[in-house]
Amino acid sequence: MALVLDDGERRLLDGGAGAAMAMRIVVDAARLLGAERLVPIASAHIDGALYHGDSGTLFAERLVAGGARVSVRATLNVGALDLTGCSSVRLDKRKSVMARRMMTAYRALGCETSWTCAPYQATHRPAFGTDVAWGESNAVAFCNSVLGARTNRYGDFLDIACAITGRAPLTGLHLAQNRLATVLVDLSGLPAGFLASDIAWPVLGSLYGRLVGNAVGVVTGIGVRPGEDALKAFGAAAASTGAVGLFHMAGVTPEAPTVAAALGHLPPRETIRVTEEMVRDAQSRLSTAERPDRVDAVAIGSPHLSAGEFETLDRLIAGRRLSVPLYACTGRHALGAIDASGMRKRLEAAGVTIVADTCVVVTPILAEAPGGVLMTNSGKFAHYAPGNTGYAVLFGSLAECVESAVTGRPAIGAPS
Amino acid sequence: MTGRRCDILVPGEPGGGTALVLDAPISFWGGVDPENGVIADVRHPQHGCCIAGSVLFLSGTIGSSSASSVLLELVRNGKAPAALVLHEPDAILLLGLIVAREMGWPPPIAIRLNREHFSDYCNARVNVSRDGVVELTR
Repeated sequence: MALVLDDGERRLLDGGAGAAMAMRIVVDAARLLGAERLVPIASAHIDGALYHGDSGTLFAERLVAGGARVSVRATLNVGALDLTGCSSVRLDKRKSVMARRMMTAYRALGCETSWTCAPYQATHRPAFGTDVAWGESNAVAFCNSVLGARTNRYGDFLDIACAITGRAPLTGLHLAQNRLATVLVDLSGLPAGFLASDIAWPVLGSLYGRLVGNAVGVVTGIGVRPGEDALKAFGAAAASTGAVGLFHMAGVTPEAPTVAAALGHLPPRETIRVTEEMVRDAQSRLSTAERPDRVDAVAIGSPHLSAGEFETLDRLIAGRRLSVPLYACTGRHALGAIDASGMRKRLEAAGVTIVADTCVVVTPILAEAPGGVLMTNSGKFAHYAPGNTGYAVLFGSLAECVESAVTGRPAIGAPS
Repeated sequence: MTGRRCDILVPGEPGGGTALVLDAPISFWGGVDPENGVIADVRHPQHGCCIAGSVLFLSGTIGSSSASSVLLELVRNGKAPAALVLHEPDAILLLGLIVAREMGWPPPIAIRLNREHFSDYCNARVNVSRDGVVELTR
């Protein structure tokens, strides 16, 4: 079946140059995906404003010059610069100018200057069952899985094109039948102590992504109910190692009141019983540094830290002075809260560098340190930091990260 | 072996080069350097290989929704593969080619081929024509 457009959609193709270009992109993507119709969307989250090179800046400026504006609420994911001035980015002058032009262009298109990869913790929480067009893999996983809104994994360019046209290709996870789990992931064989630990969810997410790939799975046997920050860590890690757009957790996420409901009352195509050995392997894969004797920097906040996560950080530092830099990445939504309470001053006095609007893995903020060791509690940072920063990675809990930042040595086994 | 006609995923410039059949799925963002096309992911089995000018065979892609940006940047920098051969359409990645065309930067062609045939081309000189025929060349 060929794609059918309604009158309004066809009018957009003949409209202003910017809107017409956006519509052509949506239509081409719809054809590529085999969609027969487009679906109206309630909101968008735009990952496209991160500078990867001049081409993205020129694309956004072409839309602005063509008079395009977003037609739905559209939040922005991180950019390549910290516009709040909390941290300094080592982009060269030319790239810095192009990155700023890009951020300016997306604002001119009518996007909100949220600059966060955790928009769902910055008031952007679409209602259950609504169709939206979100980019940024962790945000997509959270939006589908935890909020129960419906989005595919919208890449750069298609996200803003959908926001301008207010339409998305009706396919994939917009359709109820594609949201059912086909893989059952059973955690009941794991020790309760592990499941309650703070490394459990990033490690399990990383394992889950590798196990299920782009399938939809339902996780069962979880024991302790994960909180929102744990679900955020799980989804981000899962979407780093696999093309995970939607996961279910029985009794936790809204489309999985029960395992059977998540499976659509059909037998699973595959059942995976997760063993302690699989978890040990997944955890060891998160580190690339081999028996490091020092830690050069610590980075947390992928996805961006919530105000609650800052409170835990503050409690673990407990007034001590850090001996290596600890980069805490966040968005303006949390920055406001920690500024108001005085926590930001206290953390910065201890040696924490707060990074807002961006993060240390997408833009050069970390000191250049060939052979350097970066410690993190984020499955997503652990996955991307070696390629993007050149640092070797050591994965640990937040408590271990803080102790390592205090001593400058890997403090694996520090109590939380 | 005669040429094999494949479905065209995104029309584009025909191209030839050495077939680079990736042994594992790749995330373009964080996995490929947009300035030179070198595979930067240290965990990828072909870390250090360069995709620029190759006929790139992808059995799967993973990860970030910024893959399209990296591919667009590779096209603009002249460091894109000469052609892309995908086991299944990946809208996130291929959008980079669609946007390249919108911007007036001629993109390479992308075609669809079942990955069971990928081993026929491994490291050989391969050409992909404008009408989607992939064949070995001398």
